[in-house]
Amino acid sequence: MAVVFEKPKSLADVPLHYCPGCPHGIIHRLVAEAIDELGIEGKAIGVAPVGCAVMAYDYFTCDMIEAAHGRAPAIATGIKRCRPENIVFTYQGDGDLASIGMAETVHAAARNENITVIFVNNAIYGMTGGQMAPTSLPGQVTQTSPYGRDVNHCGWPIRVCEMLSTLEGPEFITRVAVNNVKNVNAAKKAIKKAFQNQMEGKGFNLVEVVSACPTNWGMTPQQALQWVESDMLPYYPLGVYKDRTAAKEGK
Amino acid sequence: MKTTQILIAGFGGQGILFAGKFLAYKGLLEDKQVSWLPSYGPEMRGGTANCNVILSETPVGSPIITDPDVLVAMNLPSLEKYIDTVVPGGQVYLDSSLINTQIKRTDVQVFSIPATAMAKERDMASLANMIIMGHLLQNHPELTFEGTAETVQKLVPAKKAALVELNMNALMLGKEYKQ
Amino acid sequence: MAERVLMKGNEAIAEAAIRAGCRHYFGYPITPQTEIAAYMAKKMPKIGGVFLQAESEIASINMVYGAAAAGMRVMTSSSSPGISLKAEGLSYIAGSDVPALVVNVQRGGPGLGGIQPSQSDYFQATKGGGHGDYRMIVLAPASVQEMANLTIKGFNLADKYLMTSMILADGTIGQMMEPISFEDAQIETYEKPWALTGTDCKRKHNVVNSLYLQPDQLEKKNFERFERYRQVEENEAMWEEYMMEDAEICVVAFGIASRVAKNAIVAARKEGIKVGLIRPITLWPFPKKPLAAAAEKVNSFISVELSMGQMIEDVRLATQCKKPVSLCNRCGGMIPSPDEVLETIRNAQKGV
Repeated sequence: MAVVFEKPKSLADVPLHYCPGCPHGIIHRLVAEAIDELGIEGKAIGVAPVGCAVMAYDYFTCDMIEAAHGRAPAIATGIKRCRPENIVFTYQGDGDLASIGMAETVHAAARNENITVIFVNNAIYGMTGGQMAPTSLPGQVTQTSPYGRDVNHCGWPIRVCEMLSTLEGPEFITRVAVNNVKNVNAAKKAIKKAFQNQMEGKGFNLVEVVSACPTNWGMTPQQALQWVESDMLPYYPLGVYKDRTAAKEGK
Repeated sequence: MKTTQILIAGFGGQGILFAGKFLAYKGLLEDKQVSWLPSYGPEMRGGTANCNVILSETPVGSPIITDPDVLVAMNLPSLEKYIDTVVPGGQVYLDSSLINTQIKRTDVQVFSIPATAMAKERDMASLANMIIMGHLLQNHPELTFEGTAETVQKLVPAKKAALVELNMNALMLGKEYKQ
Repeated sequence: MAERVLMKGNEAIAEAAIRAGCRHYFGYPITPQTEIAAYMAKKMPKIGGVFLQAESEIASINMVYGAAAAGMRVMTSSSSPGISLKAEGLSYIAGSDVPALVVNVQRGGPGLGGIQPSQSDYFQATKGGGHGDYRMIVLAPASVQEMANLTIKGFNLADKYLMTSMILADGTIGQMMEPISFEDAQIETYEKPWALTGTDCKRKHNVVNSLYLQPDQLEKKNFERFERYRQVEENEAMWEEYMMEDAEICVVAFGIASRVAKNAIVAARKEGIKVGLIRPITLWPFPKKPLAAAAEKVNSFISVELSMGQMIEDVRLATQCKKPVSLCNRCGGMIPSPDEVLETIRNAQKGV
């Protein structure tokens, strides 16, 4: 019987611990597919965050390290500076990347560190049970913003791509989503490009993946994907925010 | 010679640390045990600087000098701060172009040398420190002027070879100055 | 005779690290250790190494974690407040069993404290700093030569036992210059099959990790780690004994305090007081054996420290409080003078 669909080699054949309806599985798969297609499984070294993806080291079959909260870009820097021939990526959530690890993120980007950052933005702290994230929307109800995020009290959500794209440093900054098939396909292309760029030595690549958290948003998976479309994407517009090579080539 | 403890003090920018390094390197070339300890931190930038140099035939214990055998004072605050710590029978070298005061202690040997004025006169304003070093080597019972040229060569980076001659000139000026 | 050059203590650490095969340095500026970073910044690019100034101490220790996991000899250096920031990373490095070298050129604290020499991070270095059950090998140099020797030793031990070696120096030893020779340097190398190198599709993936959600697994991991620590305690304690043969009073001091103490001991001997020194070179493992032995012969101990009295607790433990232990200390960047130590020795002699 012909196999028409199988697990990427770079994804371990183990059950994932993610909640039903969580897009982390899709995003893991996209990353693994990109690694497979580029033939870099043997060279890849991944950095797992603290957050829902904390156990990503069990899911990817390449060498993996588990970072302290927010420090993945610094650890990736350490690895990449030692082993420039390897392909180094981080996989981080919004609390990890845009709150406690903001300094590491910004500075890795400013240095144009030749790494690939997969940034999963689901507007909430998932692993700890649904607290307000740096990307939680105005008015969004979370465990720590029970009356809705009040921007006068705790500020505005941070648009990471827009902010990083003001830096001279980074090579490629883009925002994608995984709420429908079309967007998933586009996300796959962006992630692959973010690895390809690193292989070509171009520098810092960040792919923000707008995702969903049905469990902590208190929605069904379907409702959650709809909420991405209706509420998240207007605040976090999809698109390429910086592409140095394309800009140079006048594209 | 057993152990000589030399405290050099003045303003930042007077070459206090360099003078100390010169003595330490000279000691090293003479196979002595040496230590060199600078003051450090923000006070170094334009404030007071000092430097502890110990030359010894036996291993140096503490590198921190509390009772110097020799005090080199390149400004008045340094002289006032340290004059009472000099051991009886010790030596005090001071830059008399910057320090105009009488030393009350009679149990120390005082060498006054207008080093800054001498240096300015010869267009080598930054080398007052080395004029005093020349005078110190000439007048200290345990130290000698011998090996000075070799030390200066070791201390001045190759790129700045012109400075070797200038430093030597300054050291000679100090050596030949008569009290 | 080996060729001797004059070097600052901080520079000696940097040069020794390079000779030990360290090609990766990550740091953040802080007084009084910045010479290490400056030296690395100058040298590393010329020898194919990496110097990177991180955005913070937190980032720099995590860069170290990454490089260590990648199987490299790697180091960072800082001073007291910066080490507090690195504490998180130290705990992760310990929990992942990767080797690293961390230098603390101590300054006065707590808080921002001052910039003058201190030994008040003794507790932090020997008892923890970061969270969780872990140890670091803590090496306390007392001369510029030892700054170099212990740096090399620190790298060797870190690789051998898969843990962090910390050089616990102070501003004085860091800033002073003394003659030094590198001729006796003994560099050991160790295989690192656990390192992140890429699987090359030829082996199962390596994972560097400190997370164990099953308590029995985490406990097992800790038991294994402490078995290694036990071997370190058994094999690696280092100390120096000075004039201890006939001593009736034993001074215990490390680093710069031990040098001041030696001056005081020489002076006390001239007065006929039989006093000697035990100088711990490793603060962890603490040299319990010589202290326990001394407790059987001397009348009392004096702990000389640049802190409010931290090592004194380990002296009491090692001697099982068999003899009185007094404290001679200054802190906040002050250093006890030989006279102050001498006075404490005289008092001990009188039984005061």
